[in-house]
Amino acid sequence: MNSIIEQVVSGLRERLGDAVEDVREFRDDVIVVLSRDAIVDAATWLRDHEEVPFPLCEDVFGIDAYSRKQRFEVNYHFYSVTKKVRIHLKVRVEEDDAVVPSITAVYPGAGWYERETWDMIGVRFSGHPDLRRAYMPEDYEYHPLRKDYPLMGVPGSIPLPKRG
Amino acid sequence: MGLESALGEGYLTTKLDALVGWARKNSLWPMPMGLSCCAIELMSAGDPRHDISRYGMEVMRFSPRQSDVMIVAGTVTYKMAHVVRKIYDQMAEPRWVIAMGACASSGGMFRSYSVVQGIDQFLPVDVFTAGCPPRPENLFNALIELQKKVEKSSVLDYRDRKEPIIIS
Repeated sequence: MNSIIEQVVSGLRERLGDAVEDVREFRDDVIVVLSRDAIVDAATWLRDHEEVPFPLCEDVFGIDAYSRKQRFEVNYHFYSVTKKVRIHLKVRVEEDDAVVPSITAVYPGAGWYERETWDMIGVRFSGHPDLRRAYMPEDYEYHPLRKDYPLMGVPGSIPLPKRG
Repeated sequence: MGLESALGEGYLTTKLDALVGWARKNSLWPMPMGLSCCAIELMSAGDPRHDISRYGMEVMRFSPRQSDVMIVAGTVTYKMAHVVRKIYDQMAEPRWVIAMGACASSGGMFRSYSVVQGIDQFLPVDVFTAGCPPRPENLFNALIELQKKVEKSSVLDYRDRKEPIIIS
């Protein structure tokens, strides 16, 4: 962990306290696991950081860790364009309460990533202005990237035109 | 022969089926339904090196109303299948369909919830073409096989009920 990102992480710990559940490092990337309610605060704080601002939300995506108690995980990648460092945030939720606060008010560009996550994994984002599906048909019932979704889909779930 | 000599020079007797079939086969205008990388090979089929116009097929019509054969070149997703079918329905009869490449023929390497495993599920296909993507030569092979089929078809009932041609 270099000194720039170390400073950011200790600042984040100071601000969020117990909401920072875990800090890990993997191949020079810093991963911060947060509790769900802290994500908007953390994103705002990182974006507006005075010395190391993170103006770029690179990605938001979901993970289905099928066997874990907290089944779904939403990952955020923020990048500091001026300092050239990247930080990864993670938020874990349980299956029967798969809702995460939306960060569209902080990073408007995250809106489509959150739509994709909702479509593919089925995590809802509260406060999202337009949480439609990103890829699948609007009336589709399933979330294809869940581990319990069959590879070939559910037969007949997307209608085809008649052969005629 | 006897009738032609009785009518004089400039007359030819033939069957209507043969005449119309000959005319149809030599002016098959394709509808380039390019959906992915097969479309690149379809484009290179039209370049001077491969020269699709040798077969009277260089007139790529981007309007389905002016085309005779739809070349489905690429991966057809469930969402796109409705669009492909809509375009096919706008084509005037007689009309034919070539499934170009592995994806259009069988879903190809995309064994997945989003890709239709073969366009014959919603379109009557005349020729299936192998390759990922097929070389232009293989597309020409498919077109020549289709020409043979068109030549033999009847004017009143152009759609023959036989199995589709498979170019492997």
